[in-house]
Amino acid sequence: MNWKKWSLLLALVFAMSIFLAACGGDDSSSNEGGDDTDTAEEGSSGEEGDSGETALADDQTFNVNIKTEPPSLHPGKASDTTSSAVLDQIFEGLTRINQDGEPENAMASDIQTSEDLTTYTFTIRDGATWSNGDPVTAQDFEYAWKWVLNPDSPDTDYAYQLYPIKNAAEAKAGDVPLDEVGITAKDDKTLVVELAQPTPYFLQLTAFHTYYPVNKNVVDGKTEWATDVSENYVTNGPFTMESWAHKDQIVLKKNADYWDAENVKLETINMYMVEDENTELQMYKNGELDWAGSPTGSIPLAAIPSLKEDGSLNISPKAGIYYYSFNTEVEPFNNVNIRKAFAYAINRQGIVDSITKGEQQPAMALVPPSIFEENKEGYFEDNNVEKAKELLEKGMEELGIDKLPVVKVTYNTDEGHAAIAQAIQDMWRENLGVEVELNNEEWNVFLDTMGEGNYQVGRMGWIADFNDAINFLEIFQSVGGNNYTNWENEEYSALLEKSRTETDPDARREILREAEALFMEELPLAPIYFYTNLWLNKDYVKGIEVSPMGSFNLKWGYIAEH
Amino acid sequence: MARYLLKRLGFILVSLFFIVTITFFLMQAAPGGPFASERKLPPVIEQQMNEQYGLNDPLYQQYFDYLVNIVQWDFGPSFKYVGQSVNDIISRSFPYSLILGAEAIFLALSIGILLGVIAALKHNKFGDYFAMVIAVLGISVPSFILASVLQYVFAVKLEMLPVARFESFAHTILPAIALATTPLAFIARLMRSSMLDVLNSDYIKTAKAKGLNERIVTYRHAIRNAILPVVSYLGPLVVAILTGSFVIEKIFAIPGLGNEFVVSVTNRDYTVIMGTTVFFSVLLLVSILIVDLIYGLVDPRIKVAGKGDK
Amino acid sequence: MEQLNLKNSDFEPLEKKHEDAEKIAGESTSFWKDAWRRFKKNKLALAGIVVIVILGILSFIGGPISGQNYYENDLIGSNQPPSAEHWFGTDSLGRDMFARTWYGAKISLFIGLMAAFIDLIIGVIWGAVSGFFGGKIDEYMMRIADILYGVPYLLVVILLMVIMPQGLWTLIIAMTITGWINMARIVRGQVMQLRSEEYVMASQSLGASNSRILFRHLVPNTLGPVLVTLTLTIPNAIFTEAFLSYLGLGVPAPLASWGTMSSDALPALQYYPYQLFFPAFFICLTMLAFNIIGDAMRDALDPKERK
Repeated sequence: MNWKKWSLLLALVFAMSIFLAACGGDDSSSNEGGDDTDTAEEGSSGEEGDSGETALADDQTFNVNIKTEPPSLHPGKASDTTSSAVLDQIFEGLTRINQDGEPENAMASDIQTSEDLTTYTFTIRDGATWSNGDPVTAQDFEYAWKWVLNPDSPDTDYAYQLYPIKNAAEAKAGDVPLDEVGITAKDDKTLVVELAQPTPYFLQLTAFHTYYPVNKNVVDGKTEWATDVSENYVTNGPFTMESWAHKDQIVLKKNADYWDAENVKLETINMYMVEDENTELQMYKNGELDWAGSPTGSIPLAAIPSLKEDGSLNISPKAGIYYYSFNTEVEPFNNVNIRKAFAYAINRQGIVDSITKGEQQPAMALVPPSIFEENKEGYFEDNNVEKAKELLEKGMEELGIDKLPVVKVTYNTDEGHAAIAQAIQDMWRENLGVEVELNNEEWNVFLDTMGEGNYQVGRMGWIADFNDAINFLEIFQSVGGNNYTNWENEEYSALLEKSRTETDPDARREILREAEALFMEELPLAPIYFYTNLWLNKDYVKGIEVSPMGSFNLKWGYIAEH
Repeated sequence: MARYLLKRLGFILVSLFFIVTITFFLMQAAPGGPFASERKLPPVIEQQMNEQYGLNDPLYQQYFDYLVNIVQWDFGPSFKYVGQSVNDIISRSFPYSLILGAEAIFLALSIGILLGVIAALKHNKFGDYFAMVIAVLGISVPSFILASVLQYVFAVKLEMLPVARFESFAHTILPAIALATTPLAFIARLMRSSMLDVLNSDYIKTAKAKGLNERIVTYRHAIRNAILPVVSYLGPLVVAILTGSFVIEKIFAIPGLGNEFVVSVTNRDYTVIMGTTVFFSVLLLVSILIVDLIYGLVDPRIKVAGKGDK
Repeated sequence: MEQLNLKNSDFEPLEKKHEDAEKIAGESTSFWKDAWRRFKKNKLALAGIVVIVILGILSFIGGPISGQNYYENDLIGSNQPPSAEHWFGTDSLGRDMFARTWYGAKISLFIGLMAAFIDLIIGVIWGAVSGFFGGKIDEYMMRIADILYGVPYLLVVILLMVIMPQGLWTLIIAMTITGWINMARIVRGQVMQLRSEEYVMASQSLGASNSRILFRHLVPNTLGPVLVTLTLTIPNAIFTEAFLSYLGLGVPAPLASWGTMSSDALPALQYYPYQLFFPAFFICLTMLAFNIIGDAMRDALDPKERK
């Protein structure tokens, strides 16, 4: 009997000690990242003034997590951020987004734009070469883009990225032959692109991976050239792919033949595929990664406060919005005042401070402040409970009901979404006296439910493809596609059409602002917050910026002596 | 014996047919498709994608096409990972699971049986309690908690072992322990319980009474008989370790098959779901067959032919 | 004293019934009484029962006695360490961990017991019938089990979660749909082994019916392994739920189980260890208790250990 008591005790002591070992002294380890920083760094890892003065380390190896296997490293087939993060380093388009978020010339050395902004003439840079030594030609671009627009090309889900080009959408649908698409290689070095209508952000698009060239001579006629590292996998970016162990690790090496090779400092990039964000953080702390978090990984929610406290967390704005979509076809959300009441009764600051914790901006508008700076303030007051109650009353009167039905909030299964949904459930219950039911669904089921309009309120988000307001506004131009709200408005649509032909940037901006104001008056969705990029980097990692679109260019990165 | 084997193999094929059919239609019944995405595709493009992957064919045709391909052991292309075939995915990821699984099974069996035997021989003595404390701890802590704690203590705090990934033997130690703990505890308890039964049985008492060496009694008679329930647990054990490794594979960032399977389910990567399902099923059915054969070898009372002797 | 006069005719033979012959074997009640008597001697096992009972009671009154509820958010007071107000601290949404722990206990225990119960019923009947009759019946029954077992569990769970409304019962059904097979195989193995024992033959030759032999002799004699399996099925079910929680397929919010609580707390392990400690500790304690009880029951029920 004694032994039994002993063993029970032993078991408990064992369990306790494992826990205590796990809990004890976390202060010492979590400091690592921020030891030498005097204040919390905001935004940038390579502060101005750093570059040029810091001595380079002998070992220019950068270790980063890309979370998952890239679904495709074919520039014309890739349709996700992981693939994009790899492609951005090994390929290069006509333009490249620089450290300030502006497009600058890359493969193109000169770009001419016609008066009406619909014709672009690109001159390919001398010295632009493929990794096998071939020169990069205008035909390579023409071939790559037309291949994507060919209705017979498989897995080209992102073909619509090319749709600003004249006849591109028609050609993809098979209604127009490929020859009539507005892409012409005048000679080896000159590429002329005609657009369907003025597209002020077109030079941002040409930096996007669907617009990358492929080496026509090598890949033409080969179907599977991009599935592995081989002599057929020819690239033109600052780095080349050394190895690709599927689901495990990608190794990039500096491309000595790159036209701007002298400005490329990193010699080796190890991209690991570690899915679990806690593991990612542990590896970072253990020195197995030099970078954790955005744009390719993520930081566990629970770790954010202490990382913020020790000053190691970097935060930069991201051009994206997290919102709750109302289904404007079902009661009570077919009433605009009810929609407003629900939107106004949310305490966004509370959500941002206590749940997401990443210094996200409360959103009282649709377009992120990184595009429309006025939207820091937004169109209404956050957490305006009085107004919300008033509007609710008015709305219920208009609908002729005296009690709100139970409202169901649908979101896809995720710790963060669940936390926000529960907080909003609480706010609506308290502020509006409405019963809120939560419904979480597995990702694919969720998309199905939303697509079928089988919901009342649903969580949604949008991250910009390019840094322009139209990218947010045009989602809601018509029902379908990414507009799950079932809301459309003729006046709104007309404003957007007007903006498309306006060539003066200021006038165009005014029109888009007007459209947004109209949208906020109708409010088919409740904006919650604007996203931020959150990441950690070791102090010796310099020159890498995370763009508002959630990507980074390792071209300018380097490892300082440490 | 040959006839028996043939018959069993026939059953395996029949079972596989049922499994393929059930999973195929269950999968089709689940909402969502492989090209669903938060960013909706333009309808023209979605239509073209469906066409290219044969998703526009009538269901029965998709089903028969699939059956024909499976007979040729061709699982088709992945929907998600462009240009990679399911066969590629299985053959590159299975070795990881296999190595990890083998290490874990070895750990679980050797230590589990050892603890079980010690506990039974030292019934109600220190050895018993010590072994059972370990066993109870093993089944008390969910593997994902254990894995995270192990990772944190041994890799992050003590920096004795790598945090994650699969590069050397050192990388496999923590995941193998985390994976083995629950089955180890299960085996230890099973072994203890059946060993106690056997030790109390008449033939062991007789053997002892005849003055046979204690050691011989234990090893030649007792363990051999007591191991039967453990043997019957082997089949499920193999599969539990292979599929159950998903969480461990995720935590330790190991690109194994368990991980691949779960990812494919969330992606609705139909061909990968089917491929891994069939592959796991084959593995399971074969291991059950082997277990039955072993069972027949160790226990002469059970006739391998499985004919009713009543 | 009067002489008692007995003639042969005063006696008449009782009708010979096989059942009666069988009944001589012993009173069934005494077996369980006996077992209980031996079980009671094991103080540790009684402690295990006390622990389970206390956990069970606390799962109902835990929330109310702390004056907190399990779902109310307090975003300002999130991630607080244990204090006089929040005995186990608060979680990332500022919900009281004490109330949540006991609410989680209710859900976890319910899942564990329910799943184990369903497994037990199906598994024992299936395994015993299959093992006892052998031959074709065994063959077919085991093949059906194999087929079910060969369908990857996770897929079944996910599909069921998708097709059926998400909730507690979906989870339990998904878990038991293949969970009973293990039990069935173990019972079958035991029954096959026992069926060639002398006492079965004896009983058979005395003409006892199959179901009598099966449920009177064989099944009770498989109780040892069955109980060991059962005491592991409960933690297994609780674990599986935790495992599924880790995949985001556990009980849906705002329901909470120990599994979802520990998987939610996992990322916070180094920052708010108490959030993991409490649910994990109670999972361990529950497992410990069930295991000790299981062992004690095994010792108590095993007729061979009767001295």
